[in-house]
Amino acid sequence: MIAAGALGMTERKVAFALSFALAVLGLVMAAAAGQGVMAVHGAMAMLLGIFLIFRTGGALYDDGPADERFERYYDAPTRFGIAMTLVWAIVAMAVGVWVAALLYWPEGTPAVPWTSFGRLRPVHTTGIIFGFGGNALIATSFHVLQRTARARLAEHVSPWFVLIGYNLFCLWAVSGYVLGSTQSKEYAEAEWYADLWLVIVWVVYFVLYMRTLARRHEPHIYVANWYYLAFILVVAMLHIVNNIALPVGWGVAESFPVWAGVQDAMVQWWYGHNAVAFFLTAGFLAMLYYFLPVRSGRPIWSYRLSIVSFWGIVFFYVWVGSHHLHYTALPYWAQTLGMTFSVMLLVPSWAAAGNAIATLNGAWHKVRDDATLRFMFVAAVFYGLSTFEGSFLAIRPVNSLSHYTDWTVGHVHSGTLGWVAMIVFGAIYTVVPQLSGRDAMVSLRAIEWHFWLAVGGTLVYTVSMWNAGIVQGLMWRAYDENGALSYSFIESVQAMAPYYLARTVGGGMFLMGAVICAWNCRATMRAARGEAPDRPIVAQPAE
Amino acid sequence: MTDPNVTTDPRDLADADAETGELEVDPVSGYELTGHEWAGITELNTAFPNIVVWALIITHAYAVIAWILLPAWPLGDDYTRGLLGLDQGEMAIERYEALSADRSRWLASFETGDFDAIQKDAALMIPGMAAAHRLFQDNCAACHGPDGGGGPGFPALNGDTWLWGGHPETVAETVRVGINAANDDTRFGQMPAFDWLERDERDALADYVVALHDGAEDAQGAGAQLFAENCSSCHGDRGEGGLMNGAPSLRDKSVIYGQDRATVLRTLRHGRQGVMPAWSDRLSEAEINLLALYVATLGEREAEQAQ
Ligand code: HEC
Ligand code: HEC
Repeated sequence: MIAAGALGMTERKVAFALSFALAVLGLVMAAAAGQGVMAVHGAMAMLLGIFLIFRTGGALYDDGPADERFERYYDAPTRFGIAMTLVWAIVAMAVGVWVAALLYWPEGTPAVPWTSFGRLRPVHTTGIIFGFGGNALIATSFHVLQRTARARLAEHVSPWFVLIGYNLFCLWAVSGYVLGSTQSKEYAEAEWYADLWLVIVWVVYFVLYMRTLARRHEPHIYVANWYYLAFILVVAMLHIVNNIALPVGWGVAESFPVWAGVQDAMVQWWYGHNAVAFFLTAGFLAMLYYFLPVRSGRPIWSYRLSIVSFWGIVFFYVWVGSHHLHYTALPYWAQTLGMTFSVMLLVPSWAAAGNAIATLNGAWHKVRDDATLRFMFVAAVFYGLSTFEGSFLAIRPVNSLSHYTDWTVGHVHSGTLGWVAMIVFGAIYTVVPQLSGRDAMVSLRAIEWHFWLAVGGTLVYTVSMWNAGIVQGLMWRAYDENGALSYSFIESVQAMAPYYLARTVGGGMFLMGAVICAWNCRATMRAARGEAPDRPIVAQPAE
Repeated sequence: MTDPNVTTDPRDLADADAETGELEVDPVSGYELTGHEWAGITELNTAFPNIVVWALIITHAYAVIAWILLPAWPLGDDYTRGLLGLDQGEMAIERYEALSADRSRWLASFETGDFDAIQKDAALMIPGMAAAHRLFQDNCAACHGPDGGGGPGFPALNGDTWLWGGHPETVAETVRVGINAANDDTRFGQMPAFDWLERDERDALADYVVALHDGAEDAQGAGAQLFAENCSSCHGDRGEGGLMNGAPSLRDKSVIYGQDRATVLRTLRHGRQGVMPAWSDRLSEAEINLLALYVATLGEREAEQAQ
């Protein structure tokens, strides 16, 4: 997995030193905390550091790597990232299906604290967004960056630092929730030291990306790289601003955010919505813009549209967070701005979706025959659908019906299942055979099964949540002819039972598809016939 | 960063004709390619579609109109108020008041607390009881159960014996001030701990209380004796309750904590003091009276449904 073979002699020493530093960091954390969540996290870091010391130390005095490696792309980190993507997919989707089942069957909650709904729900969201989505983004960004720059990654240690460090962050986050530690900020629940750690990882990621891009042999920077860069830069900004907090002590996993009251709510949803924008959209648009033309063999339909939609998305998205706070203590003017920018955002979003679909002109027979390309096509369609829905839900009067209902959950999942996960699977099915030196995945029938389970699961899920949300919203606002509420709250909860059951089934189907995908990828990687056949342009003589 | 080999001469572009610099045309769409190429990916130089321009104009016009009409842009200490002069706080209060005014057509009559008169007035009871049902579900069912049947720790409200009394007036007072609640006038009810009794005395009492439940008690035994000395002042001579001091009947079918031997022993050893919240700050006087009437008739409704 973590092949030290490609690392140069100095790089091996650096890797060894970093492993050692990680083990020491873990030890210091554990010692400073003494007990509690932070001590557990320190121990995790220490064990990982010791493991890496053995991995890197073992290769310190092996023969140096062959210079030929510079004539290839560096794909080992991508392979590892994809494996982690699939591991997180299965874990986090399984937790999602489980908490969905608990909503239908609350008595099923075991009487131990760590299995309570409140602790497991963020395990699902963090596991999916950061574990599944984040690993997929990092892994594919290395692949796409190298290909569109026609250059090998700038060096060999930092890709591993980024991937391993990032996964340590995810692990700290979800294990912290299970142990009862949380900042109580949605999608930013991880505590202060995990947040700081992620900042370091992210800076290394950014530097690696820029250095590799600087070595490109193409005159222009392909639009996918623009999107990946927007993802890296803006996520850094959001993460830092939203997570500014004062630790209660250097040895405890507890902190106070510096933001308070409605400002805190605004910062949180500025972060929250831009996590959707720059984590769950910009990065995945990068994937779409690379893998869709590659797989379909068609030119991007419109260069101009791709430029306009990029700048439109980047500019409009940062304004819209306040649409999460309609009819709250947030001033009306801020709500109006969020609403209007959300509506203006629709055009660049649809331009991106339309551009992707129009790119398939001339390749529809491939969409019909190739499930991998079909994944990407469905992703583009759901991207269009959910961005339309998002702008629609941001309009205040519409929001007065949808807010706090399961419609929001349906909307999110039409985006995450229908768009984000579909494009990830399309990308994975394109990359994995290529990195394995093969023409195709081991089982094409398995992809076909996965496709229909995923589409079916997404439809069952979103349709049931749309219904659930609209029923809830209507029940809550209904008055009888005497001006009294027509329904008690508990009646609106009881009315959810069939939808919650259907949602669990839909999620279960989606999970089954992901398991099939993981199996197929593993089988394909095991049946590898060598490395990716494509080559960078080697400009400088090998060092 | 810049590669000396890179030029902007169109003739050098990957898809351009080396002689004329003209770009290649995609045979499927008939559009020109831009000439850029990345690992096989190319782009069409498609003109900007008109529909996108129109969509941009329409959505921006929507935004500008909204900015003119509604509060929109911050100006330091202030913000643009919008031509409609809307204020979301005022709007919420207006809507709330309109709804209350509509409701008070009939709800106001419940403020009087003249329960006998109200009960005879079908024009009040029909809308009233429908609304009370939802009020009960929203505020009371979590503890007392959706049908008022109670549950462990929470007394049933649909039987015929009461801790404090089942007349609507009494119920209204209970709801208003609560029991052992954070309210100056709260009702106070406590089952003292009898941990100072000998173990065998508590055993004898427990046997007696369990038997009371089934009406099969031994009126001559040690248990009866102890009960008369320690318990009857609150629970009544034969445990029949009804003294309206918060102590339940021990002879009826409904129980709060449980009348099996183990639970009774626990009650005796540690005492009990359940808390019923006070509602005077959360519900209006009319709503409390509405609920009182509803609760007082829960038992009747239960009986009707059973038939
Ligand atoms: C937090 C739980 C809780 C809620 C909510 C609650 N109650 Fe109670 N209620 C209790 C408990 C506990 C008692 C018994 C107190 C005791 O053991 O002395 C009680 C007792 C009562 C009694 C006295 C019964 C008697 O026999 O005299 C009435 C009447 C009553 N509740 C009505 C209501 C109504 C009406 C509501 C809704 C507005 C309500 N309760 C909401 C916990 C609750
Ligand atoms: C000072 C008055 C008082 C005395 C004396 C008293 N009780 Fe109680 N008892 C109460 C009250 C009040 C409650 C209700 C407590 C609650 O609901 O939280 C109660 C509750 C109980 C219950 C629980 C009933 C149920 O439905 O779960 C039992 C059993 C009981 N008492 C038995 C006894 C016995 C036996 C004695 C004598 C040893 C006794 N009590 C003496 C006031 C008294």
